[in-house]
Amino acid sequence: MTTTALKEPVRDTSPGAAREPRRRTGRIRRVGLPYLLLLPALLLELLVHLVPMAIGIVMSFKELTQFYIRDWGSAPWSGFGNYKVSVDFDAPVGEALLHSFFVTVGFTLLSVALCWLIGTAAAVFMQDTFRGRGLLRALFLVPYALPVYAAVITWVFMFQHDNGLVNHVLHDQLHLTDKPSFWLIGDNSFYALLTVSVWKGWPFAFLIVMAGLQNIPRELYEAAALDGAGMWQQIRRITLPSLRPVNQVLVLVLFLWTFNDFNTPYVLFGKAAPEAADLISVHIYQASFVTWNFGTGSAMSVLLLLFLLVVTGLYLLFTSRGRRAADV
Amino acid sequence: MRSIRAAAVGAVTMSLALAATACGGGSSSGGGSNDSPKTLTYWASNQGASIAVDKKVLQPELDKFEKQTGIKVKLEVVPWSDLLNRILTATTSGQGPDVLNIGNTWSASLQATGALLPWDAKNFEKIGGKERFVDSALGSTGAQGKDPAAVPLYSMAYALYYNKQIFADAGISKPPATWDELIADGKKIKAKGKSVLGAEGANVSENIHHVFVFAKQHGADFFTADGKPDFTDPKVVDAVKQYVDLMAKDKVIPTGDAEYAQNQSVSDFAKGKQAMLLWQSAAANLKSQGMSEDAYGIAPVPVQSGTPGTGAQTNSMVAGINMAVFKNSHNLDGATKFVKFMTSDEEQKVLNTAYSTVPPVKTAQEDAAFNSPDTAVLKQTLATSAAALPQVAAESQFETAVGTAVKELFADAAGGRAVTADSVKAALEKAQQQMPAA
Repeated sequence: MTTTALKEPVRDTSPGAAREPRRRTGRIRRVGLPYLLLLPALLLELLVHLVPMAIGIVMSFKELTQFYIRDWGSAPWSGFGNYKVSVDFDAPVGEALLHSFFVTVGFTLLSVALCWLIGTAAAVFMQDTFRGRGLLRALFLVPYALPVYAAVITWVFMFQHDNGLVNHVLHDQLHLTDKPSFWLIGDNSFYALLTVSVWKGWPFAFLIVMAGLQNIPRELYEAAALDGAGMWQQIRRITLPSLRPVNQVLVLVLFLWTFNDFNTPYVLFGKAAPEAADLISVHIYQASFVTWNFGTGSAMSVLLLLFLLVVTGLYLLFTSRGRRAADV
Repeated sequence: MRSIRAAAVGAVTMSLALAATACGGGSSSGGGSNDSPKTLTYWASNQGASIAVDKKVLQPELDKFEKQTGIKVKLEVVPWSDLLNRILTATTSGQGPDVLNIGNTWSASLQATGALLPWDAKNFEKIGGKERFVDSALGSTGAQGKDPAAVPLYSMAYALYYNKQIFADAGISKPPATWDELIADGKKIKAKGKSVLGAEGANVSENIHHVFVFAKQHGADFFTADGKPDFTDPKVVDAVKQYVDLMAKDKVIPTGDAEYAQNQSVSDFAKGKQAMLLWQSAAANLKSQGMSEDAYGIAPVPVQSGTPGTGAQTNSMVAGINMAVFKNSHNLDGATKFVKFMTSDEEQKVLNTAYSTVPPVKTAQEDAAFNSPDTAVLKQTLATSAAALPQVAAESQFETAVGTAVKELFADAAGGRAVTADSVKAALEKAQQQMPAA
């Protein structure tokens, strides 16, 4: 590349009719090459991400039931039919979807808040050096490093009614309950799900916040300590404001992951989740795969996508505006 | 410069290749062919104690088939948790196996997709004719009035397995023949500190199998004659309530079973913690869990009164595995030959013995190997008192909707909430509303 760049100015000095177009192709070549090299990646991205997404959106406008899945070009178009069914909150399908949506929102808010709180607290406490800090840090990351399936299956065993560890501790040893509770069916399933989700999610918050804390200059704390600020004031005035950009991303990522989480509820409860823990991802799976109605399932997925887009957009808008104001 | 050109050429080639793959996927709406006559792919369902066991049972038979016909069969044993999803994916993409096992209750649902080869008279002729098969098994191969979507391979029925020692300790001389007797026996068993009857309360399919039989015993059906869901019929409500009441009111099913979905009730029985189990062809499973065949007895599933028979005396569903040919197969002739091989008298004896199931082929059934007390009860049930689950296109949705409703009712019972006729009706009403309108 360097050789061409050197040669060309020399050529330009001698005038000639053929020069102009040649220079243009040269420029196209120079400008075009990076795009050409990007093309495979772009096509792969299209193939892996965007095409399936587009097909999903197309599917949501079709009546894609078991009668048509073999040749789904032949499935009749249903216009907004699938969407109407999904958002008709007076009818059973829409009502169930709305219920599932509220459960998911409640679950996500609680899970993200707890993950963040525990993760941040642990990261702050781990700031000071003490014996065994490395060991504890490694230990804290274990839930995050374990394969989801293995970890959640272990929780299923622990939550069992008859010989689970949770009931053994709560009931047999601590006598907190009158009789062993059910954790995997009925209303308690919500708390079981929340527990597993927080257990699985907080190490990530811990990791990210810990990394963010490394960037806060120690002098700030020293100066604050000289001025007589206590620990709580240091956290409030120095740590949290400095962590703001980190937290902004962290909370968003945790929110999206938790809201869309499929593995945890699926492994905990199987195909038919209890009503109290009927998260929307499993609900949509059930609406499409188990009842073989891929059109409605796709419509619900598109609605979910729109909701998450709106939430993410608003969130970024507000947080970045806040930051800009703070920067001034 | 040369390396840049090479890179550019590489980029273009790769892009073209990608574009070609993306376009090449298209749906294959055409039928099958005989393009590759020397190979077959076979998806077997998991019948033995594990997938490894299945491979050990099936491989020698496939080798035999290869020796006879020169066709090599590539075997994949698909676990139950994946099988239906795999079939749906294969149906959607047109890329599937040539021959596959399906749960016989899925026959009508899968038939509706049009992915399976219909077994018309001509095709049946190729495997020796429809008359070779037992009627009850044929009743579970697709919607009425249509050519079957599959051929029966293994038949199973529910039976009551009871622990002889626990019965003797409790002073019970013979297994219960009616539900009232079972509940009365339950009191004696509980007095000895054992649990009475196992159930898989959180297993949607198991729930369906049981409430279906209870509905039959109440003279009700979940679907009307023209195939419309009718879950809130008072008789259906009574039937479902009677099943859930075994836990809620009669207390013979322990509350812990409400969350069982992984065959824990079979383990409880095999370990001698629980006196009775309603299961289909459990012998092989119990053996693999270390329970000796002498330790348990096997009897027909109880009825309301009298003896098992047809109609209200039904005491089992027609359970079993069917074998189907994927319409898009590239070796239709070979696939048909393979089905003929697997349903031949000789193979039926080998396979059904290995899986402790009953052959759905009449001539194979008469073999002495299937006259053991265990198989005799199953054979008798299949022949006289088993009914096929509804053969409607929406069967799969029915299993999910009603099975989940029963799961929730068990959860209520386990959590100490009252299970009343109203709460059962409400649950079933909700299930019915989830059914497709068509």
